[in-house]
Amino acid sequence: MLFKRNSKGARFEQRVSSGELRNRFDRRSFVLGSIQGGVGVLLAVRLAYLAVAENEKYNLASESNRVDLTLIPPRRGWILDRNNIPMASNRADFRVDLVPERVIDKERTLATLGEILQLTPAAVTDLRDKLEGTRGFRPVEVATGVNWEQFAALSVRLPDLPGVVPQRGFTRYYPTGPSVGHLLGYVGAVSAEEYEIEKNPLLITPGFKIGKDGVEKYFEQTLRGQPGARRAEVTASGKIVRDLEMREDVQGDPVKLTINAKLQDYAARRIGLESGSVVVMDLESGDLLAMASMPSFDPNSFSDGIGRVEWKMLSEDDHVPLRNKVLSGLYPPGSTVKPFVSLALLKAGIDPEESVFCGGGLRVGNRVFGCWNRRGHGTVNMAKGIYQSCDVYFYAMAQRVGMQPIADMARHLGLGFKYPLPVASQSYGTVPDPAWKLKKYDSEWQTYDTVNATIGQGYFLVNPLQQAVMASRIASGRRLQPRLLMTAKPRPAPHLDLPEEHLQIVRHAMWEVVNGAGTAGRAKLPLDGIELSGKTGTAQVVSLAYGKGGKGVPWKYRDHGHFICFAPYDKPKYACAVAIEHGAGSSSAYPVARDVMTYLFDPQKAMEVLHTYETEWGGTAQERLARKYQSYENVYGGGAPKPDSGAIEEAVSQSGIATAPRPVNVADAPRPAEGDAAAAAPPPAPQASASPATSPAVTPSPVASPNPGVNRAGPRR
Amino acid sequence: MIAMNALPSALGRQPWGIIVPLTALVCFGSAVLYSAAGGHWMPWSAMHLVRFVVFLIMAMVIARFSRDFIRMMALPIYVVLLLLLMAVEALGFVGGGSQRWLNLGFIMLQPSELMKPGIVIILARFYDMLPPGATREVRSLMVPAVVIGLPAGLVMLQPDLGTSLAIMFGAVVVMFLAGLPMRWFIGAGIAAAIAIPILFFVALHDYQRQRVFTFLDPESDPLGTGYHITQSKIAIGSGGIFGKGFGNGSQSHLNYLPEPHTDFVFATMAEEWGMLGGLFVLFVFGLLLRYGLRVARDAPGRFSRLLAAGLTATIFFYAAVNLMMVMGLAPVVGIPLPFMSHGGSSMMTIMICVGLIMAVDRWGKRDMRGGFEDS
Repeated sequence: MLFKRNSKGARFEQRVSSGELRNRFDRRSFVLGSIQGGVGVLLAVRLAYLAVAENEKYNLASESNRVDLTLIPPRRGWILDRNNIPMASNRADFRVDLVPERVIDKERTLATLGEILQLTPAAVTDLRDKLEGTRGFRPVEVATGVNWEQFAALSVRLPDLPGVVPQRGFTRYYPTGPSVGHLLGYVGAVSAEEYEIEKNPLLITPGFKIGKDGVEKYFEQTLRGQPGARRAEVTASGKIVRDLEMREDVQGDPVKLTINAKLQDYAARRIGLESGSVVVMDLESGDLLAMASMPSFDPNSFSDGIGRVEWKMLSEDDHVPLRNKVLSGLYPPGSTVKPFVSLALLKAGIDPEESVFCGGGLRVGNRVFGCWNRRGHGTVNMAKGIYQSCDVYFYAMAQRVGMQPIADMARHLGLGFKYPLPVASQSYGTVPDPAWKLKKYDSEWQTYDTVNATIGQGYFLVNPLQQAVMASRIASGRRLQPRLLMTAKPRPAPHLDLPEEHLQIVRHAMWEVVNGAGTAGRAKLPLDGIELSGKTGTAQVVSLAYGKGGKGVPWKYRDHGHFICFAPYDKPKYACAVAIEHGAGSSSAYPVARDVMTYLFDPQKAMEVLHTYETEWGGTAQERLARKYQSYENVYGGGAPKPDSGAIEEAVSQSGIATAPRPVNVADAPRPAEGDAAAAAPPPAPQASASPATSPAVTPSPVASPNPGVNRAGPRR
Repeated sequence: MIAMNALPSALGRQPWGIIVPLTALVCFGSAVLYSAAGGHWMPWSAMHLVRFVVFLIMAMVIARFSRDFIRMMALPIYVVLLLLLMAVEALGFVGGGSQRWLNLGFIMLQPSELMKPGIVIILARFYDMLPPGATREVRSLMVPAVVIGLPAGLVMLQPDLGTSLAIMFGAVVVMFLAGLPMRWFIGAGIAAAIAIPILFFVALHDYQRQRVFTFLDPESDPLGTGYHITQSKIAIGSGGIFGKGFGNGSQSHLNYLPEPHTDFVFATMAEEWGMLGGLFVLFVFGLLLRYGLRVARDAPGRFSRLLAAGLTATIFFYAAVNLMMVMGLAPVVGIPLPFMSHGGSSMMTIMICVGLIMAVDRWGKRDMRGGFEDS
């Protein structure tokens, strides 16, 4: 080669240059080859790095691409009562979905579905719209709550219906509906806020429901259980290629409450058309046997979302069906404070036989505080002060001992406290004393404050649970703590550290209230050998210019009715507190307490009474609620405004911090009649008013009788 | 009789050392395409084999061309390709949209693809004609600048950045090997370092710019433009050393991998055959490039040398950029992997390159056997 080039090259310059170029080519092509080799090595190293060093990471990524994990919502644990009766269970529910991508003959599939599931033509049209509006792999809901026959019929024909997916799910079921609404709460779809707190993919799984209130919320983690899972191979577009494996869900653990489900239901139903609450406690262990708050909502209908009409119906009701009145209702306790005020007086050394003359009122400073009985009670000792509920006796005696011993006794008996209960919220209430007033209002405690407090007015505020605890402590003589969870260790209940004879004096006076010359003679149990002891209370809501809180005034200005009691008298076993909002006096409360207590000893007899009432009221609470809903639906149809998301949860939870009512000064205001005196007529038996157009709220219509408020001077024996 | 004798000798003269590995690689590619189609010969795998056979025969025919013929044809081929590129551009303008293809009725021709070997031929011819002393003169740069600039610009307008870069890469390698002064390359490198950031924001289309950003940080947009790179890396990485097995690649079969049969065919392969399959592919490319450079080194004359080296560089550019792209070392540019990706145009280009290298190989061997030397 070389010699040939030399032989051809004529000019020296060019020949050298040509050789130089040749050298350059060799050098540079070597560089090029090296670069190519270098890139090759780089690629090999990179390949090895990806395939070996990062293999694990990418394997995981590939698997998470390939495998789609569908969570199956776990079945919720049951909520049981003390006798293992389910208060919340799960009802098998069949639903049918349609995966548009898999459908071959759409029209035929729709026709078959319509035929088997008995869909209306309108529903089929809606379904067709939905099918056209979604992406292929996303299932479209055809129907929920499908019955077993339809489900079975559909399952048999599945081979001819590609794309149709019948599924089995569960919905929460509360057998007694509204009776347990406030106690147990309800379940619902997870809100954005709840997902923010607990970033669990289960929460956004279709069909999953979370506890929203009450026991359901408090024991959410216990009740929830472990989700099942379905693993499937999916393409990038989400299409399922094949199912890989399936893991069954693990049902949540049951929660066993101390509640007696039947009693709970009875108490709730017995409240009837009133707005009120009933608490029953067992005096052995402090077990809460019933915590009923009515009116309520039906948690069954909440679990599949809250409809517009339902929301309108509940939010417009002035009986606040969304508030748990047992825990969050705050009321001036009225005369139900008299038993413990008496205990405070006894402790301060007042002789129970020392008497005060009641002439219908007492001048304190420059104001006159009236007794509820304008005519006066004459000579009144402590027992008479309780059973006749004489205000003047307590005005006089309380001024002698001052407020502090009374407030101490109130706290000793459980007022002003929250209890360690598994509930969403509780209110403290107020036990007023000089230090409290100084802190809150920055003003000195006055004598008239003591006078007001001593009859359960003024600043005094309690909730019905506290009243029940108070009753249980007076009845048992022990510091009982309420217990709601059956599996919780019973709390020690030491003796109250009060002389037994003091308690006996008060208990006997309470016996007199019902069985003697007291204010609640009609609260006597219709049972042989079992005697009820109690104390009535009528609390004014506002300082009425009209001077009366009876049935003649608008509902929301009527007096609250209270009754605390225990039975049997000789060997106390149960304590009970009833509070009826705006019941126009304690006569609205104690018949409820009487029947609830009767139910504990003779359910048969109590049920008969209830049936009579319910015929009058127009059915059970559940039936009335359903009918009311129906009437609302007829009136508003789809025209009701859509509730804001979370509005109802907010409403339910906000009720926990219900604003305390304004204190009422009894001075210069006539006191409402106490006990039987207020009720010339039998317990209110208003008509079931279910006409939303006129008055959506079920208010007891005023009885057309002489104004009971005027009827102050009636005999009480 | 002569034909009977000529046949074995013609067969014997074929460079089997490169044809056999290439055939093996194509068969391997065909297997990958078979799997990517879900275990079907159609639509890719069978076509891939048929095309290879056709283009291999074409390459062997090209290998029979004489040096003089190729030299003579260099300019006409270049001019025709340039006209075709303009025609494509004009059609695209009339049709109202970018276009790369020219439908000649019987074939969908992509002139930009053919320009890759075309530019190498014309530049090799130019530097062959240029007196050695003139390599230091400016005209050794100016004429090629026009020769490169026209097609590269036209392809860029299509817009096809990958092909445009491939054309320029082949051209620059030829210029480099032609012995142009080193300082020019260094200067150009510095100029490019300054110009690229400016061009990046001025000349590139949004989607091209986005690809670069994504390359720099693929995880920033895992479901958008970074999706391709991420899924490709997942496919390669999850394959491991031995792969998931033939037909078991979930990334490709479940459509997570974009373009599993064209640009990302290597990822499809690596998922099922693992690192070993990848190393085999690299090995065959190594053999081919080594063959090309060896042919270039041993080639008789400047034209042959530059031609073979430039074509080798073009093949290298294809393979290297594609592999770097699928392994996340380069931005996503639409460049297929030679011998493995499904696609007629690119295979034709590569086989033209291979055929020309084989021709140069033949020229060299004929000279060795006692032929003549011309320059």
